[in-house]
Amino acid sequence: MLSAVATGIADALGRLGSVSIAAIARLGYASRFCVAVVRETPAAFTRLHLTVREIYFSGVLSLVIILVSGLFVGMVLALQGFDVLQRYGAEQSLGVLVALSLVRELGPVVAGLLFASRAGSAITAEIGLMKATEQLSAMEMMAVDPLARVVAPRFWGGVISMPLLAALFSTMGVFGAYLVGVRLIDIDPGAFWGNMKSAVDFRFDIVNGIIKSVVFGVAVSMIAVFEGFDAKPTAEGVSSATTRTVVESSLAILALDFVLTVFMFRGLGA
Amino acid sequence: MSDASVPASVSAAARPEIAVELADVTFAYDRRTVLDGISMTIPRGRVVAIMGGSGCGKTTILRLIGGQLKARSGRVLVAGQSVGDLDRDALYAMRRKFGMLFQFGALFTDMSVYENIAFALREHTDLPEELIRDLVLMKLHAVGLRGAAYLMPSELSGGMARRVALARAVALDPMLVMYDEPFAGLDPISLGVVGQMIRRLNDALGITSVVVTHDVYESLKIVDYMYFVSEGRIVAQGTPEEVRASDDAFVRQFVDGEPDGPVPFHYPASPYRAELLARA
Amino acid sequence: MNLGRTSLDVWVGIFVAIGIGAILFLALKVGNLVSIGSPEGYRLEARFDNIGGLKVRAPAKAAGVVVGRVERIKLDPATYQAVVTIKIDRGYEFTTDTIASILTSGLLGEVYIGLDAGGDTKMLPDGGKLAKTQSAVILEKLIGQFLFDKAATGTGK
Repeated sequence: MLSAVATGIADALGRLGSVSIAAIARLGYASRFCVAVVRETPAAFTRLHLTVREIYFSGVLSLVIILVSGLFVGMVLALQGFDVLQRYGAEQSLGVLVALSLVRELGPVVAGLLFASRAGSAITAEIGLMKATEQLSAMEMMAVDPLARVVAPRFWGGVISMPLLAALFSTMGVFGAYLVGVRLIDIDPGAFWGNMKSAVDFRFDIVNGIIKSVVFGVAVSMIAVFEGFDAKPTAEGVSSATTRTVVESSLAILALDFVLTVFMFRGLGA
Repeated sequence: MSDASVPASVSAAARPEIAVELADVTFAYDRRTVLDGISMTIPRGRVVAIMGGSGCGKTTILRLIGGQLKARSGRVLVAGQSVGDLDRDALYAMRRKFGMLFQFGALFTDMSVYENIAFALREHTDLPEELIRDLVLMKLHAVGLRGAAYLMPSELSGGMARRVALARAVALDPMLVMYDEPFAGLDPISLGVVGQMIRRLNDALGITSVVVTHDVYESLKIVDYMYFVSEGRIVAQGTPEEVRASDDAFVRQFVDGEPDGPVPFHYPASPYRAELLARA
Repeated sequence: MNLGRTSLDVWVGIFVAIGIGAILFLALKVGNLVSIGSPEGYRLEARFDNIGGLKVRAPAKAAGVVVGRVERIKLDPATYQAVVTIKIDRGYEFTTDTIASILTSGLLGEVYIGLDAGGDTKMLPDGGKLAKTQSAVILEKLIGQFLFDKAATGTGK
């Protein structure tokens, strides 16, 4: 009886050990992959039309969902914000509340999550499918490095699209809040825009927001291309790779957001 | 035809008439040994078939020749150069002299037929567009698909896709062309067409062809030499005449399509009666 | 989807253009990029007994118009006074008897420095010190004062 328990524990520990080692090995492989992709950056830009094509597929095709979501988020923010601010007689600060929330946090984060779900999963599926149908192998055997021709353009397409999408999200959000706040609730437009302008600092808020969206773009794009490249060449392999991309990207965005927020907005209360 | 096989013991570097040579190559995926001491020579200008059941390591041999995998021991030599020792740039330079036909074609699905064949030309040469157009149309004409030049891969039938892939494989007039299961899943007409094209292209362009397949009938019609691989070793080899006349048990089972023989029918299991009668 | 090269370029161009446009909109209309852009200015120093809720980057206003921003706040270890450095935009000059007060816009609004120019003919130079200051009104002290006065009038009866 006791020896059975001992063997059971030993087995569990052994499995834990091999799983951990496998996870660490995968992390190492992913890191080498990242370095290899970044090394092929010149290729992505000398063949600019490849990257432009990927900006279209990641960025332009995400426009609809980003703009519509931004509008609705802004409108809801205005409604909820007004309700709370009203209790303190601070309705005039609605513009400030909405603008800061969007530019600092909601713009980069929500746009990042939407981007990961739409464009990230599409990139993973595309690369995974190319691997499954041996197109990547075929390219290799034709002496064309798939990292340079397929992976790097998609990575940079994502990195370039992200900050633009985040800015568009924030802009639509402010516009949505304007529609609700000024047109619907009848807040004075001068107060709305004036207080907003004096409270939102370019360097602190907007630039930090842009930095966040670039960091998220790098994270999501790298995860998307890696999971696609590493996918098992079967139908289940590709589908589980796309799921992993969305889950890992979302977690990465939220975790990075916390870290970046601590560093960027730490001294603000002083 | 008797000079189609040459003893593997003589060094390939001294003999320019040998295109590819495997010298005592072993390869394993993690614990599973796939190739165990394979030695073969493929003379220049010949069509050589590598045959065997599924999963016996045939495709692995192609990947070793192409440099996608590295042998655990032994040497893989192409035109006298050891493929496993090449660095990335040298390997890519060598691959420009290869052509490869993948199982089911592996055409780039986001490009048209024309773009697929022009791909290698655009990547590796500085030829002007008019010249590229001429070359692409020539290759397509050789495989009889010039009229399909602007279709997308998704609009092609299996046989057509295979032929386009063949045209793509020879786009740069390579020195060595490798075929991975070129006959798999084709109708009888396409089978005959592909087989004939492999032979004719080989002779017309003066290339060397390595065909991995388990289609005995087609192979016997077109190849100069055959190797039979089973469980990681070469169990038989010979010219088509030698193979037809052979009384080697493995060759006979393979050629005649016998369900049982040196390659057993039953997957290893405990005795039948004992398992049926055993309590769960 | 097999788009022609040119129409794809057009769409990407539009996308990048409106993206950059959004960034500019945020910077100019939502944020305060224009005012930050002017590095021209000079510094004045003011000392307060209590700055209340004044923060760095708080505005300095004269007659309600923003003329500069608080650049730095430090404590003088010798006098235990708050030393506030204000960066004033070029084009505004203040007399040497200007009063600097710490005010709140509205009841819950932001804290800012109000500058009331005096009648003196001499102007403060770069690095000049504002002699007259009025510290922030601290609510607790006000309440304490009120209760103390109340108690005093109560016992005085």
